[in-house]
Amino acid sequence: MTSNISNNIKGGPLTRLLMNDAAGRRLVLILMAVSVLVPLSNLFMPEGSLLHVSTYTMTLLGKYLCYALLAIAVDLIWGYCGILSLGHGAFFALGGYAMGMYLMRQIGDRGVYANPDLPDFMVFLNWTELPWYWLGFDQFWFAMIMVLAVPGLLAFVFGALAFRSRVTGVYLSIITQALTYALLLAFFRNDMGFGGNNGLTDFKDILGFDLQADSTRAALFFASGIALVGGYLISRFIVTSKLGRVLIAIRDSESRARFLGYRVEWYKLFVFVVSSMLAGVAGALYVPQVGIINPGEFAPINSIEIIIWVAVGGRGTLYGAVIGAVLVNYAKTYFTGAFAELWLFMLGGLFVLTTLYLPKGVVGLWAQIKEKYLSSGGSAGSSGGSSTGGNPSDSPAPGTEKAEGKA
Amino acid sequence: MSLAKTKHIDQPTVLYMDGVSVSFDGFKALNSLSLFIQPGEMRAIIGPNGAGKTTMMDVITGKTRPDTGTILFNDEHDLTRYDEAQVANMGVGRKFQKPSVIESLTVFENLEMSLKGGRSVWQALAHKLTGEKRDKIDEIISMIDLKDRLHEEAGSLSHGQKQWLEIGMLLGQEPELLLIDEPAAGMTDEETMKTAELFKELSKKHSLMVVEHDMDFIEALDCRVTVLHEGSVLAEGSLENVKNNQKVIEVYLGR
Repeated sequence: MTSNISNNIKGGPLTRLLMNDAAGRRLVLILMAVSVLVPLSNLFMPEGSLLHVSTYTMTLLGKYLCYALLAIAVDLIWGYCGILSLGHGAFFALGGYAMGMYLMRQIGDRGVYANPDLPDFMVFLNWTELPWYWLGFDQFWFAMIMVLAVPGLLAFVFGALAFRSRVTGVYLSIITQALTYALLLAFFRNDMGFGGNNGLTDFKDILGFDLQADSTRAALFFASGIALVGGYLISRFIVTSKLGRVLIAIRDSESRARFLGYRVEWYKLFVFVVSSMLAGVAGALYVPQVGIINPGEFAPINSIEIIIWVAVGGRGTLYGAVIGAVLVNYAKTYFTGAFAELWLFMLGGLFVLTTLYLPKGVVGLWAQIKEKYLSSGGSAGSSGGSSTGGNPSDSPAPGTEKAEGKA
Repeated sequence: MSLAKTKHIDQPTVLYMDGVSVSFDGFKALNSLSLFIQPGEMRAIIGPNGAGKTTMMDVITGKTRPDTGTILFNDEHDLTRYDEAQVANMGVGRKFQKPSVIESLTVFENLEMSLKGGRSVWQALAHKLTGEKRDKIDEIISMIDLKDRLHEEAGSLSHGQKQWLEIGMLLGQEPELLLIDEPAAGMTDEETMKTAELFKELSKKHSLMVVEHDMDFIEALDCRVTVLHEGSVLAEGSLENVKNNQKVIEVYLGR
């Protein structure tokens, strides 16, 4: 399995995975550092110290990490395989509900109605026993399996139907949007048994640890950081394998991939299911940190926002998705505080500007600037940098293209 | 065995089409088309626009289902039952009129992806580039003359080079039968002649069906020619024969 003979590359699988991925190495290092340092600073630095990260900030950053994982999930299918899902928030929400159900069961008799088996909202609805689909959710391991299995199963069934019928492009986008909207309506209904309008909330503890405690929050933050790194590495493994190149072939020329003998629908289905599971994990880590999951998470606008994160960051790079998710959500946190009513206009404007001027997102900005500088300043370049002066003026263009492709 | 009974000729064929009809909204794109190609044969197909050349390739490769008719590959596989990927994996390679290579992958990656085998999702995930595969790519790359562009993106190649890369990708699939749609379109005269030479070389190992408009190219191929018209075969024979056929002159060459 670990034989290095065929491709002369030394080191473990991780080294090999990140060998040609300078940006990814940096991202993984930064994320690891953040995952360790932020919780440590929160727990051990005295309050008021410059180095202290407040619990509020840590929770906020933890949310961004979950969003970043969700963005990677979307970039995996959209950036590499051309599947524009406008319903990926649904998988995130389902993962969140699976975690929420576990957290509800953990409340036990500490609820308002002090019923040891039934969550408050069920008592309120005069239900006398737990619905069958709530069984098992008192076990953490079971809930964690469901975090992967429920989004994965939905993605499998939906994908099998859509991809085998060769639904592509805008039609696929529309039905993914319809999917999440249908789930929104369903989860709003009280008799679905998921808390209706209010969703699931008032969580007390996770694995016996108090959710309000700083140490629990720090652990959840750490877990989110690790999940994000893991999600990145899994996605990176997929896109750098031959399977990843088949995905790119499908994105660029689906019929060519078919005539080369690849069963396009299976490839799409595979990556769609993996992506939905990553989204589910993101949702599961999000819920204990924000303390609530309700049907609003299925809202179509949420799914569209994910697309904007990825587009702003830079589609088809994975690390760009992380940057985009953090940037846009930081802006959202700031602007919804400062000018709440303007935020949606700004978000729309951001998308338009990105589409017009930043086709490769912020991670492509540097290459864009470099290209412009080098092509407009061919003669001026000699005064700027002696090392670039020697290159023929027409060679930088393919060079930069390649650098982007590898990045 | 039962399929073979439906054949109306005795000699072995790599491709056998009998009475194949396809209609789109009442328009008969193929009208009881019958045609067969022997193992190792190179065949040129000509015909005016709308004669059904592309539709014929579509029905052979599983893209379009014929309304009626028999299509056999190697006298055993009924091609009308399979989809594009299955037909491709049986050994029928297809090159499109418009060069369709994967533009954002390198020449090497394009060829690597085309190499025979490893088509399932799991095989693709576990794929490793072995020395054997490397050798195969080397062999193809020298045949299609792209050695010095090996690690450049296919999108940066010239039109003619893309056509060649696509032919290279066909070779990687190691098909028994190659269907090639207007390979010389957009090529310079020199490239056209080089391509004809390449095909003659290929015909030693593969069966080829080449659709083309360029008469000089057909002449250089020096093979049997089939003329299609309104979805069926109008004439068949050597290029000389076909050129002097009165019916062919009327519908095609005379204009």
